[in-house]
Amino acid sequence: MKTATDQQHIMLKVVEKTMESPEFATLFFDYPLLFKPGQFIMVWIPGIDEKPYTISYHSQNRFAITIEAKGIFSQKAVTLDKGSLVGIRGPFGNGFDIHPDKSVAVVAGGCGMAPLATLVEKLGKNTTFIHGARSKDYILYPERFAPDLFNTQRQFCTDDGSFGHKGFVTDLLEKQIESGKQFDLVYTCGPEIMMAAVFNICEKHYIPCQVSLERYMRCGFGVCGACVCGKQVVCKDGPVFNSLALRDMKDFNKKALLKSGKEVDLSLYFSWRCQ
Amino acid sequence: MTIQFLGKKLKSPIVLASGVLGNSKDILERVHLNGCGLVTMKSIGPEPRDGHKNPTVIDLGHGMINAVGLPSPGHLNMDDEWDALKKRDFPIVASVYGGSVQEYQTVAQYVSSQNPDFIEINISCPNSEKHGMIFGVNPTSTHDVVSAVKKVIQVPLIAKLTPQAPDIGQIAKACEDAGADAICAINTVGPGMVIDIESQQPVLAFKKGGLSGPMIKPIAVRCVFDIFNAVNLPIIGLGGISTGKDAIEIIMAGADLVGIGSAVRYRGLNVFQKVADEIQVWLSEHNLSLEEIKGAAHRSIK
Repeated sequence: MKTATDQQHIMLKVVEKTMESPEFATLFFDYPLLFKPGQFIMVWIPGIDEKPYTISYHSQNRFAITIEAKGIFSQKAVTLDKGSLVGIRGPFGNGFDIHPDKSVAVVAGGCGMAPLATLVEKLGKNTTFIHGARSKDYILYPERFAPDLFNTQRQFCTDDGSFGHKGFVTDLLEKQIESGKQFDLVYTCGPEIMMAAVFNICEKHYIPCQVSLERYMRCGFGVCGACVCGKQVVCKDGPVFNSLALRDMKDFNKKALLKSGKEVDLSLYFSWRCQ
Repeated sequence: MTIQFLGKKLKSPIVLASGVLGNSKDILERVHLNGCGLVTMKSIGPEPRDGHKNPTVIDLGHGMINAVGLPSPGHLNMDDEWDALKKRDFPIVASVYGGSVQEYQTVAQYVSSQNPDFIEINISCPNSEKHGMIFGVNPTSTHDVVSAVKKVIQVPLIAKLTPQAPDIGQIAKACEDAGADAICAINTVGPGMVIDIESQQPVLAFKKGGLSGPMIKPIAVRCVFDIFNAVNLPIIGLGGISTGKDAIEIIMAGADLVGIGSAVRYRGLNVFQKVADEIQVWLSEHNLSLEEIKGAAHRSIK
Protein backbone atom coordinates (compact mmCIF):
# COMPACT_ATOMS: atom_id res chain seq x y z
CA MET A 1 0.00 0.00 0.00
CA LYS A 2 1.50 3.27 -1.11
CA THR A 3 1.26 6.07 1.41
CA ALA A 4 3.98 8.62 0.62
CA THR A 5 2.79 11.11 -1.99
CA ASP A 6 6.17 12.82 -2.44
CA GLN A 7 7.84 9.89 -4.20
CA GLN A 8 6.86 8.29 -7.51
CA HIS A 9 3.78 9.99 -8.97
CA ILE A 10 0.28 9.24 -7.77
CA MET A 11 -1.81 9.02 -10.94
CA LEU A 12 -5.13 10.84 -10.71
CA LYS A 13 -7.96 11.52 -13.10
CA VAL A 14 -9.37 15.00 -13.56
CA VAL A 15 -12.86 14.87 -12.02
CA GLU A 16 -13.95 18.39 -12.86
CA LYS A 17 -12.70 21.32 -14.87
CA THR A 18 -13.62 24.99 -14.56
CA MET A 19 -12.55 27.64 -17.05
CA GLU A 20 -11.88 30.66 -14.85
CA SER A 21 -11.38 32.82 -17.95
CA PRO A 22 -10.29 32.04 -21.51
CA GLU A 23 -6.72 31.53 -20.30
CA PHE A 24 -7.14 30.04 -16.81
CA ALA A 25 -8.37 26.50 -16.18
CA THR A 26 -8.87 24.86 -12.79
CA LEU A 27 -8.54 21.07 -12.68
CA PHE A 28 -10.05 19.19 -9.73
CA PHE A 29 -8.91 15.82 -8.36
CA ASP A 30 -10.45 13.58 -5.71
CA TYR A 31 -7.62 12.67 -3.36
CA PRO A 32 -7.03 13.29 0.37
CA LEU A 33 -3.80 15.26 -0.06
CA LEU A 34 -2.11 16.60 3.07
CA PHE A 35 -1.21 20.15 2.21
CA LYS A 36 -0.31 23.50 3.76
CA PRO A 37 -1.00 26.77 1.88
CA GLY A 38 2.15 27.94 0.08
CA GLN A 39 3.41 24.44 -0.67
CA PHE A 40 3.41 23.07 -4.23
CA ILE A 41 3.14 19.79 -6.12
CA MET A 42 4.91 18.58 -9.24
CA VAL A 43 2.35 17.90 -11.96
CA TRP A 44 3.24 15.41 -14.70
CA ILE A 45 1.38 15.10 -17.99
CA PRO A 46 2.77 11.86 -19.46
CA GLY A 47 4.54 12.50 -22.74
CA ILE A 48 4.65 16.28 -22.20
CA ASP A 49 6.55 17.53 -19.15
CA GLU A 50 6.33 18.01 -15.39
CA LYS A 51 5.96 21.42 -13.69
CA PRO A 52 5.41 22.82 -10.21
CA TYR A 53 1.93 24.12 -9.32
CA THR A 54 0.39 25.31 -6.13
CA ILE A 55 -2.91 23.92 -4.84
CA SER A 56 -5.65 26.47 -5.48
CA TYR A 57 -8.57 24.64 -3.82
CA HIS A 58 -8.18 22.22 -0.96
CA SER A 59 -10.59 20.21 1.13
CA GLN A 60 -10.34 16.87 2.89
CA ASN A 61 -10.95 14.72 -0.17
CA ARG A 62 -10.52 17.10 -3.07
CA PHE A 63 -7.95 19.53 -4.39
CA ALA A 64 -7.39 21.59 -7.53
CA ILE A 65 -4.68 23.33 -9.49
CA THR A 66 -5.21 26.46 -11.56
CA ILE A 67 -3.22 26.80 -14.76
CA GLU A 68 -2.59 29.83 -16.94
CA ALA A 69 -2.04 28.88 -20.58
CA LYS A 70 1.42 30.27 -21.34
CA GLY A 71 3.98 27.70 -22.46
CA ILE A 72 3.95 24.26 -24.07
CA PHE A 73 3.04 22.46 -20.86
CA SER A 74 0.37 24.85 -19.63
CA GLN A 75 -1.28 25.16 -23.05
CA LYS A 76 -1.61 21.38 -23.05
CA ALA A 77 -2.77 21.36 -19.41
CA VAL A 78 -5.71 23.71 -20.00
CA THR A 79 -6.99 21.35 -22.72
CA LEU A 80 -7.16 18.39 -20.30
CA ASP A 81 -10.66 17.41 -19.32
CA LYS A 82 -12.67 15.09 -17.11
CA GLY A 83 -11.01 11.68 -17.13
CA SER A 84 -7.54 12.90 -18.23
CA LEU A 85 -4.73 11.16 -16.36
CA VAL A 86 -2.21 13.34 -14.52
CA GLY A 87 0.65 12.36 -12.20
CA ILE A 88 1.33 14.31 -9.05
CA ARG A 89 4.04 14.17 -6.42
CA GLY A 90 4.40 16.35 -3.36
CA PRO A 91 3.49 18.54 -1.64
CA PHE A 92 6.94 20.07 -1.42
CA GLY A 93 8.29 23.24 0.18
CA ASN A 94 7.64 25.03 3.43
CA GLY A 95 4.35 26.94 3.03
CA PHE A 96 3.21 30.16 4.68
CA ASP A 97 3.18 30.75 8.44
CA ILE A 98 -0.51 30.97 9.24
CA HIS A 99 -1.69 33.45 11.90
CA PRO A 100 -5.50 33.59 12.01
CA ASP A 101 -5.33 35.78 15.14
CA LYS A 102 -3.27 38.59 13.61
CA SER A 103 -4.01 41.65 11.53
CA VAL A 104 -2.65 40.70 8.12
CA ALA A 105 -2.70 41.86 4.51
CA VAL A 106 -2.77 39.45 1.58
CA VAL A 107 -1.50 41.00 -1.65
CA ALA A 108 -2.11 38.99 -4.82
CA GLY A 109 -0.99 39.79 -8.36
CA GLY A 110 -2.27 37.90 -11.41
CA CYS A 111 -1.95 34.12 -11.07
CA GLY A 112 -0.20 34.78 -7.74
CA MET A 113 -3.76 34.61 -6.46
CA ALA A 114 -3.71 30.80 -6.75
CA PRO A 115 -1.39 30.00 -3.79
CA LEU A 116 -2.94 32.77 -1.68
CA ALA A 117 -6.52 31.52 -2.11
CA THR A 118 -6.13 28.54 0.24
CA LEU A 119 -4.21 30.78 2.65
CA VAL A 120 -7.01 33.36 2.81
CA GLU A 121 -9.41 30.55 3.69
CA LYS A 122 -7.31 29.76 6.76
CA LEU A 123 -6.85 33.35 7.96
CA GLY A 124 -9.14 35.22 10.35
CA LYS A 125 -11.59 38.03 9.91
CA ASN A 126 -8.90 40.65 10.44
CA THR A 127 -7.52 40.18 6.93
CA THR A 128 -7.08 42.90 4.33
CA PHE A 129 -7.23 41.36 0.90
CA ILE A 130 -5.78 43.20 -2.10
CA HIS A 131 -5.93 41.64 -5.54
CA GLY A 132 -4.59 43.06 -8.77
CA ALA A 133 -4.23 41.90 -12.36
CA ARG A 134 -3.58 43.21 -15.86
CA SER A 135 -7.29 43.48 -16.64
CA LYS A 136 -10.70 42.14 -15.62
CA ASP A 137 -10.17 38.84 -17.48
CA TYR A 138 -7.11 38.07 -15.37
CA ILE A 139 -8.83 38.46 -11.98
CA LEU A 140 -8.94 34.90 -10.65
CA TYR A 141 -11.95 33.66 -8.65
CA PRO A 142 -13.82 37.03 -8.59
CA GLU A 143 -16.82 35.40 -6.90
CA ARG A 144 -14.97 33.04 -4.57
CA PHE A 145 -14.61 34.74 -1.21
CA ALA A 146 -17.87 35.62 0.55
CA PRO A 147 -17.69 39.23 1.82
CA ASP A 148 -19.05 38.24 5.25
CA LEU A 149 -15.84 36.30 5.91
CA PHE A 150 -13.78 39.47 6.04
CA ASN A 151 -14.04 42.73 7.85
CA THR A 152 -12.78 44.42 4.71
CA GLN A 153 -13.92 43.35 1.27
CA ARG A 154 -11.44 42.20 -1.30
CA GLN A 155 -10.05 45.31 -2.97
CA PHE A 156 -9.45 44.96 -6.67
CA CYS A 157 -7.19 46.84 -9.04
CA THR A 158 -6.22 46.41 -12.68
CA ASP A 159 -3.48 47.96 -14.77
CA ASP A 160 -6.06 49.17 -17.30
CA GLY A 161 -8.83 50.08 -14.87
CA SER A 162 -11.25 47.52 -16.33
CA PHE A 163 -12.02 46.24 -12.82
CA GLY A 164 -11.62 48.06 -9.50
CA HIS A 165 -8.99 50.73 -8.92
CA LYS A 166 -6.85 51.65 -11.93
CA GLY A 167 -3.29 51.10 -10.79
CA PHE A 168 -1.18 48.74 -8.73
CA VAL A 169 -1.65 46.64 -5.60
CA THR A 170 1.10 48.67 -3.97
CA ASP A 171 -1.07 51.84 -4.29
CA LEU A 172 -3.81 50.10 -2.32
CA LEU A 173 -1.44 48.67 0.29
CA GLU A 174 0.23 52.04 0.92
CA LYS A 175 -3.14 53.74 1.16
CA GLN A 176 -4.19 51.29 3.88
CA ILE A 177 -0.99 51.82 5.84
CA GLU A 178 -1.13 55.60 5.47
CA SER A 179 -4.74 55.64 6.67
CA GLY A 180 -3.50 54.16 9.94
CA LYS A 181 -4.19 50.46 9.42
CA GLN A 182 -1.75 48.39 11.48
CA PHE A 183 -0.51 45.13 9.97
CA ASP A 184 1.33 42.40 11.86
CA LEU A 185 2.22 40.57 8.65
CA VAL A 186 1.89 40.93 4.86
CA TYR A 187 1.69 37.89 2.54
CA THR A 188 2.30 38.33 -1.16
CA CYS A 189 2.51 36.33 -4.37
CA GLY A 190 2.64 37.63 -7.93
CA PRO A 191 5.23 38.90 -10.41
CA GLU A 192 8.59 39.16 -8.64
CA ILE A 193 8.87 42.89 -9.37
CA MET A 194 5.51 43.40 -7.62
CA MET A 195 6.56 41.28 -4.64
CA ALA A 196 9.79 43.27 -4.37
CA ALA A 197 7.74 46.50 -4.30
CA VAL A 198 5.45 45.07 -1.61
CA PHE A 199 8.49 43.92 0.38
CA ASN A 200 10.04 47.40 0.16
CA ILE A 201 6.85 48.99 1.49
CA CYS A 202 6.86 46.47 4.36
CA GLU A 203 10.51 47.24 5.14
CA LYS A 204 9.78 50.97 5.18
CA HIS A 205 7.01 50.43 7.73
CA TYR A 206 8.71 47.65 9.74
CA ILE A 207 6.08 45.06 8.80
CA PRO A 208 7.16 41.41 8.48
CA CYS A 209 6.52 40.05 5.00
CA GLN A 210 6.28 36.58 3.42
CA VAL A 211 6.71 36.16 -0.33
CA SER A 212 6.33 33.08 -2.51
CA LEU A 213 9.05 32.73 -5.16
CA GLU A 214 9.12 30.93 -8.48
CA ARG A 215 12.18 29.37 -10.14
CA TYR A 216 12.72 26.60 -12.71
CA MET A 217 12.57 23.31 -10.78
CA ARG A 218 13.46 19.69 -11.35
CA CYS A 219 13.47 17.45 -8.26
CA GLY A 220 11.23 19.53 -5.95
CA PHE A 221 13.04 18.32 -2.84
CA GLY A 222 16.26 20.26 -2.58
CA VAL A 223 18.81 18.00 -4.25
CA CYS A 224 19.32 18.93 -7.91
CA GLY A 225 20.03 22.63 -7.36
CA ALA A 226 18.14 23.88 -10.44
CA CYS A 227 16.15 26.43 -8.42
CA VAL A 228 18.85 27.95 -6.21
CA CYS A 229 18.48 31.68 -5.58
CA GLY A 230 21.66 32.89 -3.94
CA LYS A 231 22.29 30.43 -1.14
CA GLN A 232 18.61 29.50 -0.82
CA VAL A 233 17.11 26.40 -2.38
CA VAL A 234 13.69 27.66 -3.50
CA CYS A 235 11.90 24.27 -3.64
CA LYS A 236 13.09 23.20 -0.19
CA ASP A 237 13.93 26.30 1.91
CA GLY A 238 10.99 28.07 0.23
CA PRO A 239 9.09 28.71 -1.90
CA VAL A 240 7.92 31.06 0.89
CA PHE A 241 10.60 33.36 2.27
CA ASN A 242 10.29 35.82 5.14
CA SER A 243 11.81 39.28 5.50
CA LEU A 244 14.92 37.98 7.23
CA ALA A 245 15.72 35.62 4.34
CA LEU A 246 14.81 38.24 1.72
CA ARG A 247 17.17 40.88 3.13
CA ASP A 248 19.98 38.37 2.69
CA MET A 249 18.89 37.16 -0.77
CA LYS A 250 20.91 39.20 -3.24
CA ASP A 251 19.31 37.52 -6.27
CA PHE A 252 15.72 38.38 -5.22
CA ASN A 253 14.13 40.42 -8.02
CA LYS A 254 17.46 40.38 -9.88
CA LYS A 255 18.72 36.99 -11.08
CA ALA A 256 17.56 33.47 -11.82
CA LEU A 257 19.01 30.33 -13.36
CA LEU A 258 18.00 29.11 -16.80
CA LYS A 259 17.51 25.39 -17.42
CA SER A 260 21.22 25.10 -18.31
CA GLY A 261 22.18 26.54 -14.93
CA LYS A 262 23.25 29.84 -16.50
CA GLU A 263 22.48 32.78 -14.23
CA VAL A 264 20.71 35.63 -16.01
CA ASP A 265 18.77 38.82 -15.28
CA LEU A 266 15.24 38.15 -14.14
CA SER A 267 13.66 39.77 -17.21
CA LEU A 268 15.50 37.34 -19.48
CA TYR A 269 14.50 34.44 -17.24
CA PHE A 270 10.81 35.34 -17.35
CA SER A 271 10.78 35.85 -21.11
CA TRP A 272 12.23 32.32 -21.41
CA ARG A 273 9.76 30.84 -18.89
CA CYS A 274 6.79 32.25 -20.79
CA GLN A 275 7.80 30.71 -24.12
CA MET B 1 38.45 16.13 11.92
CA THR B 2 40.75 17.86 9.41
CA ILE B 3 42.30 15.67 6.77
CA GLN B 4 44.97 16.07 4.09
CA PHE B 5 43.96 15.24 0.53
CA LEU B 6 46.38 15.65 -2.38
CA GLY B 7 48.18 18.43 -0.55
CA LYS B 8 45.08 20.35 0.53
CA LYS B 9 43.80 20.58 4.07
CA LEU B 10 40.08 19.73 4.30
CA LYS B 11 37.98 20.45 7.37
CA SER B 12 36.24 17.09 7.16
CA PRO B 13 36.42 13.92 5.05
CA ILE B 14 32.98 14.66 3.59
CA VAL B 15 32.61 15.60 -0.09
CA LEU B 16 29.58 17.05 -1.91
CA ALA B 17 28.94 14.79 -4.91
CA SER B 18 28.80 16.33 -8.36
CA GLY B 19 25.34 17.08 -9.72
CA VAL B 20 23.90 17.87 -6.31
CA LEU B 21 23.19 21.54 -5.49
CA GLY B 22 26.52 22.74 -6.97
CA ASN B 23 25.03 25.38 -9.24
CA SER B 24 26.55 28.52 -7.74
CA LYS B 25 29.24 29.79 -5.43
CA ASP B 26 26.67 30.82 -2.82
CA ILE B 27 25.16 27.38 -2.47
CA LEU B 28 28.57 25.65 -2.56
CA GLU B 29 29.66 27.93 0.27
CA ARG B 30 26.54 27.07 2.27
CA VAL B 31 27.29 23.35 1.85
CA HIS B 32 30.89 24.01 2.97
CA LEU B 33 29.62 25.85 6.04
CA ASN B 34 27.41 22.84 6.80
CA GLY B 35 30.36 20.57 7.50
CA CYS B 36 31.44 19.59 4.00
CA GLY B 37 35.23 19.38 3.53
CA LEU B 38 35.21 19.50 -0.25
CA VAL B 39 32.43 20.64 -2.58
CA THR B 40 32.02 19.63 -6.24
CA MET B 41 30.51 21.88 -8.88
CA LYS B 42 27.94 20.54 -11.32
CA SER B 43 29.59 18.96 -14.34
CA ILE B 44 30.71 21.55 -16.89
CA GLY B 45 30.48 20.77 -20.59
CA PRO B 46 31.79 22.30 -23.83
CA GLU B 47 28.48 23.83 -24.99
CA PRO B 48 25.38 25.36 -23.38
CA ARG B 49 23.08 22.44 -22.64
CA ASP B 50 19.61 22.43 -21.10
CA GLY B 51 19.50 18.82 -19.98
CA HIS B 52 16.35 16.75 -20.33
CA LYS B 53 12.72 17.70 -19.90
CA ASN B 54 11.03 16.79 -16.62
CA PRO B 55 10.43 14.41 -14.95
CA THR B 56 14.17 14.24 -14.35
CA VAL B 57 14.49 13.24 -10.69
CA ILE B 58 12.13 10.91 -8.81
CA ASP B 59 12.43 9.65 -5.25
CA LEU B 60 11.63 5.95 -5.09
CA GLY B 61 11.76 5.78 -1.28
CA HIS B 62 14.79 3.48 -1.10
CA GLY B 63 16.76 5.81 -3.35
CA MET B 64 16.28 7.90 -6.47
CA ILE B 65 16.35 7.61 -10.20
CA ASN B 66 17.48 10.59 -12.26
CA ALA B 67 18.21 11.64 -15.79
CA VAL B 68 18.88 15.35 -15.47
CA GLY B 69 20.99 15.15 -18.61
CA LEU B 70 24.13 17.15 -17.88
CA PRO B 71 22.76 20.72 -18.03
CA SER B 72 25.59 23.23 -18.26
CA PRO B 73 25.98 26.87 -19.27
CA GLY B 74 29.11 25.69 -21.15
CA HIS B 75 32.63 26.37 -19.89
CA LEU B 76 32.96 29.68 -21.77
CA ASN B 77 29.66 31.11 -20.44
CA MET B 78 30.40 31.11 -16.74
CA ASP B 79 32.48 34.27 -16.28
CA ASP B 80 30.41 35.62 -13.37
CA GLU B 81 30.56 32.25 -11.66
CA TRP B 82 34.32 31.93 -12.12
CA ASP B 83 34.79 35.49 -10.82
CA ALA B 84 32.68 34.73 -7.75
CA LEU B 85 34.59 31.50 -7.14
CA LYS B 86 37.96 33.28 -7.28
CA LYS B 87 37.01 34.99 -4.01
CA ARG B 88 36.17 31.73 -2.24
CA ASP B 89 37.80 30.57 0.97
CA PHE B 90 36.95 26.89 0.64
CA PRO B 91 38.27 24.13 -1.64
CA ILE B 92 36.31 23.08 -4.74
CA VAL B 93 36.33 20.36 -7.32
CA ALA B 94 35.32 21.37 -10.85
CA SER B 95 33.69 18.46 -12.64
CA VAL B 96 34.00 18.36 -16.44
CA TYR B 97 32.50 16.29 -19.23
CA GLY B 98 32.75 16.06 -22.99
CA GLY B 99 31.65 14.04 -25.99
CA SER B 100 35.17 13.27 -27.21
CA VAL B 101 38.74 13.23 -25.89
CA GLN B 102 39.23 16.60 -27.58
CA GLU B 103 36.20 18.11 -25.84
CA TYR B 104 37.29 16.83 -22.43
CA GLN B 105 40.70 18.37 -23.06
CA THR B 106 39.33 21.73 -24.20
CA VAL B 107 36.97 22.09 -21.26
CA ALA B 108 39.46 20.84 -18.67
CA GLN B 109 42.22 23.13 -19.93
CA TYR B 110 39.98 26.18 -19.68
CA VAL B 111 38.59 25.14 -16.30
CA SER B 112 42.13 24.59 -14.99
CA SER B 113 42.93 28.23 -15.85
CA GLN B 114 40.14 29.27 -13.45
CA ASN B 115 42.05 27.68 -10.56
CA PRO B 116 39.75 25.13 -8.98
CA ASP B 117 41.54 23.06 -6.32
CA PHE B 118 40.87 19.84 -8.26
CA ILE B 119 39.40 18.78 -11.58
CA GLU B 120 37.15 15.74 -11.72
CA ILE B 121 36.52 14.18 -15.09
CA ASN B 122 33.07 12.70 -15.33
CA ILE B 123 33.59 9.59 -17.44
CA SER B 124 30.59 7.90 -15.94
CA CYS B 125 27.30 9.72 -16.55
CA PRO B 126 24.63 7.34 -17.84
CA ASN B 127 22.17 10.10 -18.76
CA SER B 128 23.32 11.31 -22.14
CA GLU B 129 23.55 9.51 -25.47
CA LYS B 130 27.00 10.70 -26.33
CA HIS B 131 28.69 12.01 -23.21
CA GLY B 132 30.55 10.40 -20.44
CA MET B 133 30.06 6.76 -19.67
CA ILE B 134 31.64 5.35 -22.80
CA PHE B 135 35.02 6.56 -21.47
CA GLY B 136 34.50 4.74 -18.19
CA VAL B 137 33.85 1.17 -19.33
CA ASN B 138 36.77 0.46 -21.65
CA PRO B 139 40.32 0.74 -20.19
CA THR B 140 41.84 1.95 -23.47
CA SER B 141 39.32 4.80 -23.84
CA THR B 142 39.76 5.62 -20.16
CA HIS B 143 43.54 5.82 -20.57
CA ASP B 144 43.17 8.04 -23.64
CA VAL B 145 40.93 10.61 -21.99
CA VAL B 146 42.75 10.71 -18.64
CA SER B 147 46.19 11.12 -20.20
CA ALA B 148 44.92 13.76 -22.64
CA VAL B 149 43.37 15.81 -19.82
CA LYS B 150 46.31 15.31 -17.46
CA LYS B 151 48.62 16.92 -20.04
CA VAL B 152 46.70 20.19 -20.13
CA ILE B 153 45.74 20.89 -16.51
CA GLN B 154 47.69 22.36 -13.62
CA VAL B 155 45.65 20.94 -10.73
CA PRO B 156 45.25 17.34 -9.49
CA LEU B 157 42.97 15.14 -11.59
CA ILE B 158 40.23 12.98 -10.10
CA ALA B 159 38.55 10.37 -12.31
CA LYS B 160 34.89 9.70 -11.53
CA LEU B 161 34.05 6.09 -12.38
CA THR B 162 30.91 4.15 -13.21
CA PRO B 163 29.92 0.87 -11.57
CA GLN B 164 28.87 -0.31 -15.05
CA ALA B 165 32.48 -1.17 -15.93
CA PRO B 166 32.86 -4.95 -16.18
CA ASP B 167 36.02 -4.66 -14.04
CA ILE B 168 36.19 -1.34 -12.21
CA GLY B 169 39.61 -2.20 -10.76
CA GLN B 170 40.97 -2.41 -14.30
CA ILE B 171 39.47 0.99 -15.16
CA ALA B 172 40.98 2.50 -12.02
CA LYS B 173 44.36 1.02 -12.99
CA ALA B 174 44.04 2.61 -16.45
CA CYS B 175 43.42 5.95 -14.72
CA GLU B 176 46.46 5.49 -12.48
CA ASP B 177 48.68 4.55 -15.43
CA ALA B 178 47.44 7.60 -17.34
CA GLY B 179 48.38 9.94 -14.51
CA ALA B 180 45.18 10.41 -12.50
CA ASP B 181 45.78 11.66 -8.96
CA ALA B 182 42.68 10.17 -7.34
CA ILE B 183 39.62 8.05 -8.05
CA CYS B 184 36.04 8.99 -7.23
CA ALA B 185 33.56 6.12 -7.25
CA ILE B 186 30.76 5.55 -7.92
CA ASN B 187 28.53 7.53 -10.22
CA THR B 188 24.87 6.47 -10.37
CA VAL B 189 24.05 2.84 -11.12
CA GLY B 190 22.30 1.80 -14.27
CA PRO B 191 20.69 3.15 -16.23
CA GLY B 192 17.48 1.76 -14.82
CA MET B 193 13.88 2.43 -15.72
CA VAL B 194 10.62 3.04 -13.90
CA ILE B 195 7.34 2.64 -15.78
CA ASP B 196 4.10 4.16 -14.59
CA ILE B 197 1.57 1.39 -15.12
CA GLU B 198 -1.49 3.68 -15.25
CA SER B 199 -0.21 5.77 -18.17
CA GLN B 200 1.89 2.83 -19.43
CA GLN B 201 4.83 5.20 -19.89
CA PRO B 202 8.38 5.42 -18.53
CA VAL B 203 8.31 8.06 -15.79
CA LEU B 204 11.52 9.86 -16.73
CA ALA B 205 11.34 12.02 -19.84
CA PHE B 206 14.66 10.47 -20.92
CA LYS B 207 13.07 7.07 -20.14
CA LYS B 208 16.23 5.71 -18.46
CA GLY B 209 18.11 7.10 -15.49
CA GLY B 210 20.83 6.48 -12.94
CA LEU B 211 20.04 5.05 -9.52
CA SER B 212 21.36 6.62 -6.33
CA GLY B 213 20.67 6.58 -2.63
CA PRO B 214 20.58 3.79 -0.04
CA MET B 215 19.69 1.06 -2.57
CA ILE B 216 23.07 1.32 -4.32
CA LYS B 217 25.36 1.38 -1.27
CA PRO B 218 26.42 -2.30 -1.47
CA ILE B 219 27.53 -1.75 -5.08
CA ALA B 220 29.49 1.36 -4.08
CA VAL B 221 31.20 -0.50 -1.24
CA ARG B 222 32.16 -3.36 -3.56
CA CYS B 223 33.52 -0.97 -6.20
CA VAL B 224 35.67 0.92 -3.70
CA PHE B 225 36.92 -2.41 -2.34
CA ASP B 226 37.96 -3.49 -5.87
CA ILE B 227 39.58 -0.12 -6.65
CA PHE B 228 41.55 -0.20 -3.39
CA ASN B 229 42.94 -3.57 -4.45
CA ALA B 230 43.85 -2.34 -7.91
CA VAL B 231 45.56 1.04 -7.35
CA ASN B 232 47.62 3.12 -4.95
CA LEU B 233 45.60 6.30 -5.39
CA PRO B 234 43.43 8.08 -2.85
CA ILE B 235 39.75 7.24 -3.25
CA ILE B 236 36.62 9.33 -2.77
CA GLY B 237 33.99 6.72 -1.98
CA LEU B 238 30.33 7.49 -2.56
CA GLY B 239 27.03 5.93 -3.50
CA GLY B 240 24.17 5.74 -1.03
CA ILE B 241 26.09 7.11 1.96
CA SER B 242 23.59 8.63 4.40
CA THR B 243 24.98 8.07 7.90
CA GLY B 244 28.26 7.98 9.79
CA LYS B 245 28.08 4.18 9.84
CA ASP B 246 27.65 4.09 6.04
CA ALA B 247 30.72 6.34 5.79
CA ILE B 248 32.76 4.10 8.11
CA GLU B 249 31.77 1.12 5.97
CA ILE B 250 33.03 2.63 2.71
CA ILE B 251 36.21 3.86 4.43
CA MET B 252 36.81 0.27 5.55
CA ALA B 253 36.45 -0.73 1.89
CA GLY B 254 39.29 1.68 1.11
CA ALA B 255 37.95 5.24 0.77
CA ASP B 256 39.94 8.26 2.00
CA LEU B 257 37.05 10.69 1.64
CA VAL B 258 33.32 10.06 1.55
CA GLY B 259 30.90 11.67 -0.88
CA ILE B 260 27.27 12.55 -0.18
CA GLY B 261 24.54 13.38 -2.67
CA SER B 262 21.05 11.91 -2.45
CA ALA B 263 21.16 11.93 1.36
CA VAL B 264 20.54 15.70 1.19
CA ARG B 265 16.98 14.64 0.38
CA TYR B 266 16.68 12.27 3.32
CA ARG B 267 18.54 14.20 6.04
CA GLY B 268 18.60 17.84 4.95
CA LEU B 269 21.33 20.23 3.88
CA ASN B 270 23.25 19.77 7.15
CA VAL B 271 23.67 16.04 6.44
CA PHE B 272 27.38 16.77 5.88
CA GLN B 273 27.91 17.92 9.46
CA LYS B 274 25.70 15.13 10.79
CA VAL B 275 27.71 12.43 9.02
CA ALA B 276 31.04 14.03 10.01
CA ASP B 277 29.89 14.10 13.65
CA GLU B 278 28.62 10.52 13.51
CA ILE B 279 31.97 9.32 12.13
CA GLN B 280 33.73 11.09 14.98
CA VAL B 281 31.43 9.58 17.61
CA TRP B 282 31.86 6.06 16.22
CA LEU B 283 35.64 6.44 16.10
CA SER B 284 35.87 7.65 19.69
CA GLU B 285 33.50 4.95 20.92
CA HIS B 286 35.79 2.38 19.33
CA ASN B 287 38.97 4.23 20.20
CA LEU B 288 40.03 4.20 16.55
CA SER B 289 41.24 6.76 14.01
CA LEU B 290 40.38 7.25 10.34
CA GLU B 291 43.86 5.98 9.36
CA GLU B 292 43.33 2.81 11.35
CA ILE B 293 40.03 1.89 9.72
CA LYS B 294 40.91 2.82 6.15
CA GLY B 295 40.82 -0.35 4.07
CA ALA B 296 40.34 -2.42 7.25
CA ALA B 297 38.03 -4.85 5.47
CA HIS B 298 40.98 -6.01 3.36
CA ARG B 299 42.83 -7.34 6.39
CA SER B 300 42.04 -10.92 7.36
CA ILE B 301 41.28 -11.65 11.00
CA LYS B 302 44.12 -13.54 12.64
